[in-house]
Amino acid sequence: MNMHSLILRTAGHFLLPLLLLFSVFLLLRGHDEPGGGFIGGLVAAAAIVLYLFSMDIQSARKVLRVDPRDVLGTGMVLAVISAIPGVFRGQAFFTAQWWEFTAPLFGEMKLSTVLIFDIGVYLVVIGSVLTIMLNLAEAEE
Amino acid sequence: MLYAILSTFLVAAFAPAVHRLSGRTSGWVLGLLPAALFVYFLSFLPAVSSGESIVLAWPWLPGLDIQLSFLVDGLSLLFALLISGIGFFIVTYAGRYLEGDRDLGRFYVIILAFMGSMLGLVLADNLVAMFVFWELTSITSYLLIGYNHENLDARKYALQGLFVTVGGGLALLAGIIMLAMAGGSWELSEILNNGDVVREHALYLPLLILILLGAFTKSAQVPFHFWLPRAMAAPTPVSAYLHSATMVKAGVYLMARLNPSLGGTDIWFTTLALFGAVTMFTGVFLAFRSTGVKKVLAYSTVMALGTLTMLIGIGTETALMAAMAFLLAHSLYKGALFLVAGILDHEAGAKDFLQTGGLRSALPVTAAFAILAALSLGGVIPLFGFVAKELMLEAVLDAPSLGGILALLAVLTAILGVAVAAIVGIRPWFGAKVDTPKTPHHDAPVAMLAGPAVLASLGLIFGLGPGLADEGLINAAAASVQGTPVDGYLALWHGLNWPLAISAFSLVAGGVLYWRWEQARRALAWVDRAAEYGPEKGYFKMMDGLVALSEWQTRVLQNGYLRYYVIVIVAMTAGLVGVTAQLFDVGVGQVDWAALQIHEIAILAILVASMLFAVLTRSRLGAVVALGSMGFTVALVYVLYSAADVGITQVLVETLTVILLVLVLFRLPGFLNLSSKALRVRDAGIALVMGGMITLLILSTLDARLFPSISQYFIDESVPSGYGRNIVNVVLVDFRALDTLGEIFVLALAAIGVYAMLRFRAEDRR
Repeated sequence: MNMHSLILRTAGHFLLPLLLLFSVFLLLRGHDEPGGGFIGGLVAAAAIVLYLFSMDIQSARKVLRVDPRDVLGTGMVLAVISAIPGVFRGQAFFTAQWWEFTAPLFGEMKLSTVLIFDIGVYLVVIGSVLTIMLNLAEAEE
Repeated sequence: MLYAILSTFLVAAFAPAVHRLSGRTSGWVLGLLPAALFVYFLSFLPAVSSGESIVLAWPWLPGLDIQLSFLVDGLSLLFALLISGIGFFIVTYAGRYLEGDRDLGRFYVIILAFMGSMLGLVLADNLVAMFVFWELTSITSYLLIGYNHENLDARKYALQGLFVTVGGGLALLAGIIMLAMAGGSWELSEILNNGDVVREHALYLPLLILILLGAFTKSAQVPFHFWLPRAMAAPTPVSAYLHSATMVKAGVYLMARLNPSLGGTDIWFTTLALFGAVTMFTGVFLAFRSTGVKKVLAYSTVMALGTLTMLIGIGTETALMAAMAFLLAHSLYKGALFLVAGILDHEAGAKDFLQTGGLRSALPVTAAFAILAALSLGGVIPLFGFVAKELMLEAVLDAPSLGGILALLAVLTAILGVAVAAIVGIRPWFGAKVDTPKTPHHDAPVAMLAGPAVLASLGLIFGLGPGLADEGLINAAAASVQGTPVDGYLALWHGLNWPLAISAFSLVAGGVLYWRWEQARRALAWVDRAAEYGPEKGYFKMMDGLVALSEWQTRVLQNGYLRYYVIVIVAMTAGLVGVTAQLFDVGVGQVDWAALQIHEIAILAILVASMLFAVLTRSRLGAVVALGSMGFTVALVYVLYSAADVGITQVLVETLTVILLVLVLFRLPGFLNLSSKALRVRDAGIALVMGGMITLLILSTLDARLFPSISQYFIDESVPSGYGRNIVNVVLVDFRALDTLGEIFVLALAAIGVYAMLRFRAEDRR
């Protein structure tokens, strides 16, 4: 899969952290501006796939550190967990819960089960795309 | 009550662990549960025998008006006491009978789960809850019949029992839904007080037929009687429990339960009385013909079930009293006799009456209680079976119509019944000693004798003191079947009357038949040949047809060619949408061509050009690139109509799709023209139809607005209730989070599917 292109390899090295950071940015701003877990997850997956193309499968797996299937599972668990807190407050399954507080440096913060759910979506998208991509690429060799 | 029933399932879950810990005594330890339940149900007895009925309810699915409600009255308490009481003896008995069997732990799980299902079934007040328990008994009994799962027959007949009872269960489901519609409630306690409304309702006939189908299959009425003797593939304690005392009586329970709201009509009387009487005679006739120990008992159970159905059909006060008394008598003696059959098998290895004889000296205690139970089966004074039989004959002779045929069948049944009782009560124990496969060295252990002893003795006690039974429960049970209080009573001596004369005559005639058993069986050998054309043949034909049909449709639909799948899906979609559009007379909206702007025309041109290129090119990579170009153009359309999120997603998905295709491209062989021109024209035609259909559909939505648009709600509520200004995201993760959860599940499944396909291929190659 290595394309033996010096330009691509160098670019891949520098773009990977930037793209990953951008994907987190998309994920977090998603509630108010264009973005969100799905889009963020696609960007992150695309970043790893770019790295895969510029280097090789071993490096791609190494840079990911965990198996994409674990990422997938973690995402599913987070998404399901985010549905539960509402039940304990006597509300319907999946009712969003919000906590507002003031943190030093950041000022007013809003955390919610919605965010947890979105992170779940983000991880599931990364996990699914990379499970497919990495295994297809491996089958190629 | 809820905890009583749930406890059975809970204990069932821990039964294997208990079995491992307690070893040889596991039967006694686990027997504590049914014993405790029996005592618990006994505590309801004073209230119930004074005519009360108790309803206990817990909310279950309040949104659907379904609750876990239980109804304790005479009928359900009688069943609950039988189930838990006999259950105790079965569990302790099985501990010894199956001792050392490697699957004994699993056996406990299923038998306790079955007991819980059965208790739930007879105690449930809510129709839905009752149906759930009804199906649970079918499933657990399937597992119990197929307990010896390495035996082909056990598997085959377990499946047969399952198909027949679950098939009936489907009819029952439809029936109880109609019943709830007709009766205006899901609660039995309310429907039962609404009998007149149900009987007058337009749905009365269909719902009656469906419910009776459910009851007749479960209770093995002709022509569904064939599965019950086949179910004898189960271990003997199971046969004793399910196929005599409990599960097969579920159908009888259902008919008795619904008698106040469905009964009293001509069709109810005719159907139940006729089917019941024919089943009764068929059962006893086949029992007389058989020689296998369990087979004789199984067919005589069919006889008992027929009798009960007939009595419920007759529906007079005497008949209902007789039904409840007979139910109790039968459970007691049949439970005892099946357990004795197990002892015969366990100690002497005998499974057939022809292999037995003169065993009374080797198994004296077993023989004594077997004879006691057989006397009750034959209806000999002073046992409880006699009391029940006298009352049954009285009810039949007083039947409002069909008196002649019912009486004839009842008398014939009584005669053959005595002969069957003699086969069971005399043949194995008296006469010349026959060499059995195993020589019994000692009588059965206490755990195995306790059941026959107590059950058979109760038959004698209730016979000598029928007041114990009727004042205790039989009257209350008959009252709940009738719907109004009864003032009858049970008696051992009714004076010199017709039933007594028939009893006496049947004793003599039955005795003669037993004396001439061998000759009679030879003379009736034609029955076996005739049985080959019986209903069981129909069952096997139907199953063969089912298999053939599914093989055919699998070959046609699951042909393994992706192109045919796509054709079927596309053609179906286009066809169904087209027909629906025709039916609802959907018009096409007006398109304002003048408003088309120059950049929109440009986008359209790129889109069409990429599409044509993708279709016509001979280069795979070229086609992929063209598809990508189409995707990006579509993304541009989204952005133009200010759907930024959708546009971004489209771009990203498109990018990854192209990468994906590039990865797969290497695997494909070179580009070849394999399809003929005609085929390609056909495919083009299908594609054009689908595309045209979608276009028309979109055009028709331009001004067809059946409901007010929901988008305004999202626009208004996004910030105040969703705390977000990106409406698309708020919809995805908050308003419609459950949909999104479903979608990511699908995504995850797709990934796992791809992973599995790639991995398994790789392993195959190795």
